[in-house]
Amino acid sequence: MIPLSHYLVLGAILFGLSVAGIFLNRKNVIILLMSIELMLLAVNTNFVAFSHHLGDMTGQVFVFFILTVAAAEAAIGLAILVVLFRNRNTINVADLDTMKG
Amino acid sequence: MILDIYLVLFWLFSAVAVFAALRVITVRNPVHAVLFLVLTFFTCAALWMLLEAEFLAIVLVLVYVGAVMVLFLFVVMMLDINVAPVREGFIQYLPLAATVAVIVVVEMALVVGSKTFRPNQMAAPAPAAAGASNTEELGVLLYTKYLYHFEIAAAILLVAIIAAIALTMRKRPQTKYQNPAQQVQVRKQDRLKIIKMEPEK
Repeated sequence: MIPLSHYLVLGAILFGLSVAGIFLNRKNVIILLMSIELMLLAVNTNFVAFSHHLGDMTGQVFVFFILTVAAAEAAIGLAILVVLFRNRNTINVADLDTMKG
Repeated sequence: MILDIYLVLFWLFSAVAVFAALRVITVRNPVHAVLFLVLTFFTCAALWMLLEAEFLAIVLVLVYVGAVMVLFLFVVMMLDINVAPVREGFIQYLPLAATVAVIVVVEMALVVGSKTFRPNQMAAPAPAAAGASNTEELGVLLYTKYLYHFEIAAAILLVAIIAAIALTMRKRPQTKYQNPAQQVQVRKQDRLKIIKMEPEK
């Protein structure tokens, strides 16, 4: 069978990749949102792995709630993105400096 | 040594997942990025299947790939994005991003590689019995112990629906729409005029 550490390292790699994605695509709001989704996926993988290996269903319940919140977050984030694009005609983070004093 | 089929599947799926995640953050076209993210979610659902979390794996495919990622795809295709200015600074930040990512991964690998999580410390549990239902277990827990949390999750989703509609709905001045309140207040004498006239010969 697959040892627990395999899953934990996979989760760490996915998390590291999404952190790198936030650094690399810091101008593009869509890729930033996608990196956050990827981070949540990595964390969820860890939760499910621990839940399986400890024989405790609570981890899976937690993943269920994380999925709910992540769906709400994606919906509101994309709504904000659409409004932003409608008003400013860009999604470049560098152009969103209206509130800079 | 006998090749463990589960281990082979794990390596296969995790290789695909890491490759797809790498492509998500490096491709130029946002539509391709969304499609690679779909691939990542799909392979992760397969990995969750290996962990006997069948319900969550199906939910990940149905809700995440089926709804959230399609929403992403809609938005990406709807917005006409000029990629070139958004991509500037990509090479410039590559060393920093790689450094931070490698540090994060190495630190986490050091933690999970410690004695506590060694395979001999935490043996993989026996596979579930043939009749066991992951969905039933999760449902029993959700509707008893975590009932209030479940309802709060429902409230969060409701707030998300209202927020998304309130943010994106706009009144266009040129489109015609009816006001139902005014419609039901209409009286007969406001609209209808009866004219009596002589028949023409």
